[in-house]
Amino acid sequence: MSYTKRVDGRKSFTELRPITAKAGVIARADGSAYFKIGNTAAYAAVYGPRELHPRNKQIPTRGLLRCDYVMMPFSGMGDRVRPGPNRRAKEISMVTQKALDPVLDLQDYPNAVVDVFICLPETDAGSRCAGICAASIALADAGVPMKDLICAVSTGQVGDKVVVDLDYAEEAYSDGPVSDIPVAMIPSTGELTLLQMDGEISKKDLMEALKLVKESMNEIYEVQKNALKDKYPAGGDDDE
Amino acid sequence: MSESRKHITEYLKKGLRLDGRKLDEFREVSVEYGVSKNAEGSARVKIGGTEVIAGVKLNIGTPYSDRPDEGTLMVGVELYPLASPEFEAGPPSIDSIELARVVDRGIREAGAIDNKALCIEKGEKIWIVSVDICPINDEGNLFDAAGLAAIAAIMDAKFPKVEKDGTVNYKERTKTPLPIKKRPIPITVWRIGNDLIVDPINEEEKSTDARLTIASLSDGVICALQKGGDATLTVEDVDKMTDLAIAKAKDLRSKLGGKSK
Amino acid sequence: MSGLTINDKDVVVPGEVLAEGMDYLPSHGTYRLDDTIRAGKLGLARIDGKVIKIIPLSGVYSPRRNDVIICKVFDVLMSGWRVNTFTPYSAMLSMKDGTNEFIMKGANLTKYHQIGDYIMCKVVNVTSQRLIDVTMKGPGLRKLDNGRFIRVNSHKVPRIIGKQGSMVSMVKNATGCRILVGQNGVVWVSGEPEMEILAIETIKKVEKESHVSGLTDTIKVFLEEKTGKKLETKAEEKSEPEGEQQ
Repeated sequence: MSYTKRVDGRKSFTELRPITAKAGVIARADGSAYFKIGNTAAYAAVYGPRELHPRNKQIPTRGLLRCDYVMMPFSGMGDRVRPGPNRRAKEISMVTQKALDPVLDLQDYPNAVVDVFICLPETDAGSRCAGICAASIALADAGVPMKDLICAVSTGQVGDKVVVDLDYAEEAYSDGPVSDIPVAMIPSTGELTLLQMDGEISKKDLMEALKLVKESMNEIYEVQKNALKDKYPAGGDDDE
Repeated sequence: MSESRKHITEYLKKGLRLDGRKLDEFREVSVEYGVSKNAEGSARVKIGGTEVIAGVKLNIGTPYSDRPDEGTLMVGVELYPLASPEFEAGPPSIDSIELARVVDRGIREAGAIDNKALCIEKGEKIWIVSVDICPINDEGNLFDAAGLAAIAAIMDAKFPKVEKDGTVNYKERTKTPLPIKKRPIPITVWRIGNDLIVDPINEEEKSTDARLTIASLSDGVICALQKGGDATLTVEDVDKMTDLAIAKAKDLRSKLGGKSK
Repeated sequence: MSGLTINDKDVVVPGEVLAEGMDYLPSHGTYRLDDTIRAGKLGLARIDGKVIKIIPLSGVYSPRRNDVIICKVFDVLMSGWRVNTFTPYSAMLSMKDGTNEFIMKGANLTKYHQIGDYIMCKVVNVTSQRLIDVTMKGPGLRKLDNGRFIRVNSHKVPRIIGKQGSMVSMVKNATGCRILVGQNGVVWVSGEPEMEILAIETIKKVEKESHVSGLTDTIKVFLEEKTGKKLETKAEEKSEPEGEQQ
């Protein structure tokens, strides 16, 4: 059976859910952001570069990036998410760190740490990607040297179609094969910094999915860029 | 005495706070409902720059054997390091546990929720109400923000649909609210030297001697108390603090808006 | 296609293309990727002839030699004091740099600076591993007390000080407060409580609205309204030159 129409009424298989983003939402942090795609929302706060303890974690040649991903206990459909560390959150924290690190330039901060905390108040699939998008805005807001933002969204296959930005209903599609492929990308070079997959897909469709998702990254980059420009309006004249 | 404490004391002599407020003056308070769609109820509370989100989850479980016909309530607080450079990742700190228990007692002991009405089948099935409070930005007075957010989220909650086979369909929500009987509001009064203040900012919190959290109902009945801080309180202190807390609770209750009765 | 893709003083974000082709040269905060020059951090793009650089708008302060900063003592050692610079790295204030007085061997150093004290000091040296030495020997360098300390974005410090110190002088004149601005974004304000509150409110306003053109006039009107005093158009310098250090 063919997947002809998206469950939530989106007009095309590459259309993203509505996105909003805002920079500077947590005053106590050095940089922060809110990123919402559909019903998946993420806060990110950046603290640092700051002193790193314990000392044995320090890297003498550069700063260290640490990421922590957590779902708020009430953020998911159905059961409460039990607070505290779990394997899923730990793995996502790790892949988030790997997704963001390639664009950062922390050479000027030997022995220091940049902490990124991601909290999701509401989730409907694509939470790690939303977290990465929020974290990337927050890092830029914190003034961390970085050669690009990181954009992330899932792609994959629902039934016989290659789609972008699966929601929960599509992940649960039961009339055919489903695959969910979270991807993070450096938009200026097209290089991938996160690539995972659940489900099954042919090689041909995988390559098609990775091609389609690149277009969406530009759309996400624009949203992230505007969030930052809204916080930092241009102007000012007599400061120098 | 720290430099900051000396300075705060000088200000208090003039009836002033570090940000120019009066001693018994709150920052601006706002309440927003329905901020997280997957929670059965949720609310965002802002007190000045302090921001807290609370969410309610409703699950079906089995009752305690000593209370076979009563539902249960659980309150948790997650002090994510997102919200303050002073919070650390890891197991819950004593601060988050105290905060959760104070809010929990305020709601529980007031009989805010009719526990009997949460019973589905005596001895077998009851509703478990889980309230989780997550600060987003801590600029002081998390106690009162957390307490207000918890009651607001409870007021916002609607039961999910229960199918004929007894399973819960979380995708459909009924229009039935939780059986709320009372709306306790905790207010924390802080003592610095001989002065009493409410709604401290971070710098003031660090310089206080003692605090007393007083949860009260709309008729002025007190339903929970928690003394904190290293210093002592006199009975006269408690007298004044209670009057102040009850008056302030009235102001905050009005922020709950149309949903408040 | 070649040439600039942005205007001078535009706010740019990481990865944004600033120029195409080979006509322009990347400088601070920018980098070349193939035939484009891109932003390597968030900031204000400045074009100087053929050179493009970025003036940061946020981020932690990085200490530079001869900067005057406000620090807080957090440890007393055998040979001096360790001070918090409000950056990822603490600094060392050695015994000889901490005071002009002669200190006997084995003397109790808390007589000179105690834990929790704030000091105005100068950066003497920063190594590649960010070991920092500071000194209190120099005009205006001293212990700061009887005042309030606030932190502002260190990139807004030039704006808070203003041209030749015009902005901070105006706030001082209007409020009667003594104000010192450290390059690390720590500000000391000392005066009457009501006036300290007003001075801090004004400084935060300058920090927040630093992008607004004609800010000096806006702040003048704001202070005149709040104090009910008429301020002179050209704010007069007050004695305390260290507050105006750029």
